[in-house]
Amino acid sequence: MLKVIRHLPSLFVISPPRRQDRKGTSVCAFVVSRRLFWLVALLLLASVFALAAPAAQAQTDTSAITDDQVNEVARDLYCPVCESTPLDVCPTAACRDWREVIRTQLAEGRTKQEIMDYFAEQYGGRVLAEPPRSGFALIVWILPAAAVIGGGFLFARYLNGLRREENERTAETADAPLLPAEENEYMARVERELQEES
Amino acid sequence: MTDATITPAETIPARRVNRWAILAGAATLFILGFLGWGLLNTNAPRPEPGSPAPGFEVQFFNGYEWESRPAAALEEMKGQVVVLNFWASWCIECRVEADLLENTWRAYEDQGVVFLGVAYIDVEPQSIAYMEEFNITYPNAPDLRSHISQDYKVTGVPETFFIGKDGLVKDIVIGPVSAQRLTSTIERLLAEDA
Repeated sequence: MLKVIRHLPSLFVISPPRRQDRKGTSVCAFVVSRRLFWLVALLLLASVFALAAPAAQAQTDTSAITDDQVNEVARDLYCPVCESTPLDVCPTAACRDWREVIRTQLAEGRTKQEIMDYFAEQYGGRVLAEPPRSGFALIVWILPAAAVIGGGFLFARYLNGLRREENERTAETADAPLLPAEENEYMARVERELQEES
Repeated sequence: MTDATITPAETIPARRVNRWAILAGAATLFILGFLGWGLLNTNAPRPEPGSPAPGFEVQFFNGYEWESRPAAALEEMKGQVVVLNFWASWCIECRVEADLLENTWRAYEDQGVVFLGVAYIDVEPQSIAYMEEFNITYPNAPDLRSHISQDYKVTGVPETFFIGKDGLVKDIVIGPVSAQRLTSTIERLLAEDA
């Protein structure tokens, strides 16, 4: 590199015109030195490589991604074509294509969540084994828990009410004076039992 | 009896309106309503001939357009006969009708007929490869979030919906469409008034 820099001034030496046109006038033909030619060629080559690099990256190398890694993501996805069959075990061509998408995205460095989000965005939330924990789908997560807590609370209140009612009724029965008819019947029964014992 | 000893206060007390019971009832109704709504949506029937075609908007694949626009809504195609075809690159049966659809589109594109392909549960690079393979030129779009196929209750591919100038579904073909069915239906719908 230093050698190239040292020779830079000499690279731009422009040779005097060496040709004349048919009328004999000199042609302003800038003849560059051979070194300049090679430098330009080198730069062109470098730029070709620089441009080709992203294109090469676009063809992501997926060979490092194992089937287990793909299935780790795929088992939480469901292809709508084959209902109730997780993507990792679905044998259809559509699911095979999906698994390849997962493989490519893993190779690109995407996380499992990012891949799941991509599939939900492309094909809808129904492809997810678990509904998303955001937006309207959040209700699916909240509702059962709320129903259990709310139901338990209401049931406890109901039982409490029953117990209180029972206690009140017992207290009322104990405190209430016996009515004459009941008293007579009660006394008669006591006397009858005493006589039987004696 | 000794009715005179029983005061009105000792009779059965009027049932108090329990606000918790109201709350529980409302919550139960809400849950049932929610479940019912989901069930209705899931079991909603496929649009039948004579019913309005469910509306939608599409963003066409790169390189595809309708009236020089990269996106369109079905509503904007009213007044024209629309042949809405659901397909997928992984679908073997779709390959049977691919050439027929393209050739028929080329024959009718200047006569007020719109062919609209919708890729169903497909991977975009595969969709594009499929369209290149069959040299498909009519407008095609992915079914983002599967909204269109869900609204049309598509259960497999290929499926073709013929939509009249009035925006109503006129005919449905499940499986590959035949040349005779395709052209005769288009001709019949072209002859109808908007």
